[in-house]
Amino acid sequence: MNAMHKPAVEMLDISKKFGGISALNSASFSARAGEIHALMGENGAGKSTLMKILSGAYVRDAGGVSMNGEKVDIRKPGDALKLGISIIYQEFALAPHLSVAENICIDDLGKSKGFVQWAAMRKKARAILDELGFSDIDVRQSVGSLPVAYQQAVEICKALSRNSSVLVFDEPTAVLTSHEADKLFRILDELRRKGACIVYVSHRMDEIFRICDRATVLKDGKTVGTLELADITERGLIEMMIGRELSDLFPPRTPCIGEVLLKVEHLCAGRLVRDVSFEVRAGEVLGFCGLVGAGRTETMRAIFGADRKTSGALYLDGREIHNRTPREAITNGIGLLPEDRKQQGVLLEMSIRINGALRPDSPYTGRMGWIANSRETQGIEALRQQLAVKTHSIEQLVGDLSGGNQQKVALMKWVDAGCRVLILDEPTRGVDVGAKTEIYRVINDLAEQGVAIIMVSSEMMEIIGMCDRVLVMREGAIAGELLGERIKEQEMICLAMGVEHHE
Amino acid sequence: MSNPNSKLAPAELLQENNHARESRADRRSLQRLFLEHNALVMLVVLAVVASVLSADFFTYQNLGNLLRQLTPLLLVSIGMLIVILTAGIDLSVASVAAVGGIVVAMTLNVLPVEGGGGLLLAVAIAVASGVLMGLVTGTFIAYFRMAPFIATLAMMTVARGLAFILSNGQPQRLDDRLVSAQLLRDFGRMADGVLGIPWPVWLAGLVTVVFALILRYNAYGRLTIASGSNETAVRLAGIPVERYKLAAYGICGGLSALAGVVIASRSGVATPSAGIALELDAIAACVIGGALLSGGKGTIFYTVVGVLVLGLIGNIMNLLSVPAYPQQIIKGAIIVIAVLLQGVGRRDARI
Repeated sequence: MNAMHKPAVEMLDISKKFGGISALNSASFSARAGEIHALMGENGAGKSTLMKILSGAYVRDAGGVSMNGEKVDIRKPGDALKLGISIIYQEFALAPHLSVAENICIDDLGKSKGFVQWAAMRKKARAILDELGFSDIDVRQSVGSLPVAYQQAVEICKALSRNSSVLVFDEPTAVLTSHEADKLFRILDELRRKGACIVYVSHRMDEIFRICDRATVLKDGKTVGTLELADITERGLIEMMIGRELSDLFPPRTPCIGEVLLKVEHLCAGRLVRDVSFEVRAGEVLGFCGLVGAGRTETMRAIFGADRKTSGALYLDGREIHNRTPREAITNGIGLLPEDRKQQGVLLEMSIRINGALRPDSPYTGRMGWIANSRETQGIEALRQQLAVKTHSIEQLVGDLSGGNQQKVALMKWVDAGCRVLILDEPTRGVDVGAKTEIYRVINDLAEQGVAIIMVSSEMMEIIGMCDRVLVMREGAIAGELLGERIKEQEMICLAMGVEHHE
Repeated sequence: MSNPNSKLAPAELLQENNHARESRADRRSLQRLFLEHNALVMLVVLAVVASVLSADFFTYQNLGNLLRQLTPLLLVSIGMLIVILTAGIDLSVASVAAVGGIVVAMTLNVLPVEGGGGLLLAVAIAVASGVLMGLVTGTFIAYFRMAPFIATLAMMTVARGLAFILSNGQPQRLDDRLVSAQLLRDFGRMADGVLGIPWPVWLAGLVTVVFALILRYNAYGRLTIASGSNETAVRLAGIPVERYKLAAYGICGGLSALAGVVIASRSGVATPSAGIALELDAIAACVIGGALLSGGKGTIFYTVVGVLVLGLIGNIMNLLSVPAYPQQIIKGAIIVIAVLLQGVGRRDARI
């Protein structure tokens, strides 16, 4: 290894446990000066933990960090800042009521004895902003009044004012529009040219391939590998992240699509559902994608009777149905797995048994509401095995289970309820890969039994891997329909954002 | 490049961590055990203290009297627990109990039916009046989304007013010349009962067992608890949460009125001012028994324990002849301590 290519930052065999659970298990990571290095992995793979160790927010249990070949010891955020490491989080660490200049030079505020050198501070802030091409930001303006993209720019400038040589960006484009993101990429490019070492944490494949040079993939707290992005395809990268082939993640299913079951006509509800019409057939898995806030969840809630619809009609088997409450929807054979598992999907403080039998017409309830205990035990136990919920007993509290197992419990009552249409809102959010596959298998089984599945998801791969047909929502309306070969990430993004797409 | 010593360090560190974690886990499970049963621990400690302090404590006379006195509080506390399980509160229980007592006394005097049948009918009417008042508040809470504190506060003053209007502000004496009224007097007396246990205690035991079974083995009880645990999730599971809330206030009202009947039976007089501050003792009993005011957690068994703890505190202080005013301060302090003991465990618990 020659001196030229000594990594700007190197983390070796980093381990970190939280309450006995290993978040990082001997993970390694190294990035050079003058590159944009993507840090990738699924939720819970350990990306944030690794970066928080680098920034001093967490202290590592084991392992070492070195910069430019020299060992460094980072034990608190101040240590990292002194070494020139800055992290730009999704939630900005800005003081909203202070001015842009004060925020950028916030370290100087405490240093100057007695009086704040306003003029010097403004000049310094101005210079940094100009350098990044933000001449239109007034340094005297309060940060809280700036648009999000500009706040992010201020955050970046703050990092630069500290002469940071290592900049970590945690999902920076999550809060930006595509235009603002373009501007951010130009800044990143500029910083790279000046020799900064940039670590870029993101889920968005297109961005990673567009701006990054290399990528390190983490999985289950371990480093899978580091590679040149020029040498790998998107699919290959995803397979590295999930640790198996995509075809293994999504179990095969032979679609057997029957008659139209549910037909939604001109549904309107609240501000976010505007004239939505679609139909779903027996045995079909219909995907719903779109940006956050496009009205997908709201549409589903209105269909399920959880929110009041203002107009429109629902037909099941061609007969009009009225779902004024979830209870009516369930009586009509429609189920909904809500988006927010902990708040809406399960009772965290109660047992798997009670969660699994949480239905208005529980089959284990006999005369006068008395519960047939042993029959219920058998029934719930069978469901637990069918869904592969990993636990030693159905008496365990759901709150003590992992996210994936919690979601399986939330799904339990619907598997058993004999729904004809099952709506799944983000069925695998915050769920590990193994549990994902099991949930997909259950969905496929239900579809094969002739249940019409509506799957709302923000994970493109999931939509592509699971759905027979996809509807894309934008601003409360259906923006387009994709079938078969056209179910592709690019097409979905274009429809979701409302831009023309040319092959 | 890398120092061999630094390779060793992590392993050692890990092992150390393991030991630390194990002993921490031990301590935590012990702590949890104590926290889960702290009301029971407290009860045993109080009973031991009481029997050491006074030879009179473990006498039939004292215990029987204590339990008999605690019956109204126990009945109200069970109703209160069911309301608290739905994440509500019922401040009207004492006033409803007063109405229950007045109604039973007045009904006995005017009913044409004599004897046991007359008594049962009068009690049924009293309980029904309590259920009705509970259903009124319950309707405002479940269907008009009124805060339970406000709705039951309103019922608290309304029911108290009703008790005074019905009785014309006069205590209603149970007429000894009527067989039915005589039966009620006998019910409340210490000397009677089966197996040496006073009748009110039998009643309290029966109600306790019935509701313990319902909460544990009946879909109604389970869904009541579930509604308080996570109302949104239960509603999205298609369960009509409103009905369970409504029923909880109805049951609480009925049990409160029954408590009023027991109070009247004991003294032979139903007063419109009966039961003042009973709601606070009932809430205290639930809380000492580990019920969460935010709903979804609490058991009948531990509520009974809570009632007994409250009763023992009073009994011990009476045996020690502590004057009434310091008694109140000590009782308040013990409630705070009980909740503090539960709070220790909750801080590191899941949110």
